[in-house]
Amino acid sequence: MAKDYQPTLSTTPVTPAVTPAPRASSTEKQRGLRPVSFILLAVGAFVFLFPFYYMFIGSLQTEPDTSVAGAFPNFENITGANYVLIDESINLFRGLVNSGIFTGGVIACTVLFGIPVGYALAQLQFRGRGAVFALLLLVQMVPFQLLLIPLYVLIVRDYGLADSYLGMILPFAINSTAVFVFRQYFLQLPASLFEAARIDGASELRILLQIAIPLVRPAIVTAILLTFIGPWNEFLWPFLVTKDTAFQPLAVSLANYISNVAATAANPFGAILAGACVLAAPAVALFIVFQRQFISTNIGSSAKG
Amino acid sequence: MTTSTTVGKPRDPGTSPAPAPRRRKNLLGRQPLGIVFSAPYVIFILAVLAFPLGYAVYISFHDFFFTAPGVAVERPFVGFDNYAAVLTDPDVGRSFANIGVFLIINVPLTVGLSLILANALNRVTRFRTFFRVSYYVPYVTASVAVVGVWLFLFAQNGLVNSILGPLGPDPSWLVNSGLAMPTIALYVTWKQLGFFILLYLAALQNIPEELYESASVDGAGKVRQFWSITVPSVRPASFLVTLLATITGANLFTEPYLLTGGGGPDGASTSPVFLMYQEGILQGNPDTAAALGVILVLGVLLLAFLQRRFIGGKDD
Repeated sequence: MAKDYQPTLSTTPVTPAVTPAPRASSTEKQRGLRPVSFILLAVGAFVFLFPFYYMFIGSLQTEPDTSVAGAFPNFENITGANYVLIDESINLFRGLVNSGIFTGGVIACTVLFGIPVGYALAQLQFRGRGAVFALLLLVQMVPFQLLLIPLYVLIVRDYGLADSYLGMILPFAINSTAVFVFRQYFLQLPASLFEAARIDGASELRILLQIAIPLVRPAIVTAILLTFIGPWNEFLWPFLVTKDTAFQPLAVSLANYISNVAATAANPFGAILAGACVLAAPAVALFIVFQRQFISTNIGSSAKG
Repeated sequence: MTTSTTVGKPRDPGTSPAPAPRRRKNLLGRQPLGIVFSAPYVIFILAVLAFPLGYAVYISFHDFFFTAPGVAVERPFVGFDNYAAVLTDPDVGRSFANIGVFLIINVPLTVGLSLILANALNRVTRFRTFFRVSYYVPYVTASVAVVGVWLFLFAQNGLVNSILGPLGPDPSWLVNSGLAMPTIALYVTWKQLGFFILLYLAALQNIPEELYESASVDGAGKVRQFWSITVPSVRPASFLVTLLATITGANLFTEPYLLTGGGGPDGASTSPVFLMYQEGILQGNPDTAAALGVILVLGVLLLAFLQRRFIGGKDD
């Protein structure tokens, strides 16, 4: 199921006696088309990657060079000073730690509470299962903008959770898409496996911990990756909740720098891009290392509903 | 599997002397522990989603203002006053028009480009991983970070204008009232495209190869095959892509806040969510902001309904 689909014409063993002519022509066609697709993809890759390259180059420039020549590395114009400058203004380390706590809290809650509900929806028969599943599907339709004001009133004003990690984490605590991914993976495990364990007298909790979870490790990595994108990149909610810079995730402190402080810096673009590199690097690195867990079949199954 | 059923079946009649406890168990299902496993999630959804949702509607119908925690004040019911205030506000009309411009540019561009690139990606085997990863890198990166580069690229004397030379627009992209919103739409298309390519790729991989083979035997060219096989086959995915792109557009906040310095120039790139932030939180009118939120969501639902009508999701 999770196998990459490949144009199989050339690999399927076709008996040579049967009509060799159409086979040859379609292989030819495919060969003829590939360069077009390839060039298209290469242009796309350039458009997608160039801004990242430019972000890095720009973060190292002493003087912002916006000419075409500035897009190429110039060893006379390289400096690390922009990183020092942005660090003096917004404390990169503090920002990274806050982003890490915010993201880590959400991932921990999602794994801790999401796996049991995903397992229950896939493998347990209990009253209300249909209702819980309907809730899971419905939740993904609720737009966050409608919740913006009431959540702000409740969390910041009523519960007094402004400038706290709890206030940041709460609205995102259990990622519903991740719950859906868990359910899909648990659904693929044969029910007979669990029946057998039950007959052997294993408790449901033990079945979950010792049989089901070890079998869905890839799902856990996929769900963690999906969950990671949300809080690490989230701007609006932590921006509303944190006014104290000691609690601001890096996305918020960098955004505040862009909108307020930038005008006063000697090389604002250099400093902004240096901060942008620090904010982007963990997410980009994570998704390159774990790219196998983020393939279309996983995403497709989670989004199809 | 066979052992469990053969063991389970003969046990059923054997345990007939004790039907009462069995029925009590059935009330909660065969594995009532599922209720315990689901409870934290259900409580979470009720607390941070269902209740605030109802609360948003409540706020929008009352004269609501911020108070210190624990202070009891009267918040009288005002009917549709907040809605009337929102609907007569020219800024609100402007922000919805801006979102309209955004969607007209963003949605067709997203559907077209992601389908074309996913189709190409599905055919090429070389460097496939490299292409796939480079496409979703913008999607997984914080908008705040990439906004920094776009500011740099599209500045008055930025790289884009350097390349265009005299063809560069004046005033420049982000400070030009006619171009600010299209530039934001372009930015969001670029940022989200990778995710939609993955969605389409999953749909494309479900199309049986035989369809293409028989079409090619019948003499259909690649372009014809794309229009007659690929496009109709991925219709459910297209519906999902337009729906998600519309929701993203309606949620626009970070881009007008940072890219065009707070919805500038002169309100040409404000978004409804940006106005909700300005009205509700900066100016302390959560009631009108909540009403704006309700109207926005109703608008999204209407668009989703129309898209379902015209693109359709279930007829595969």
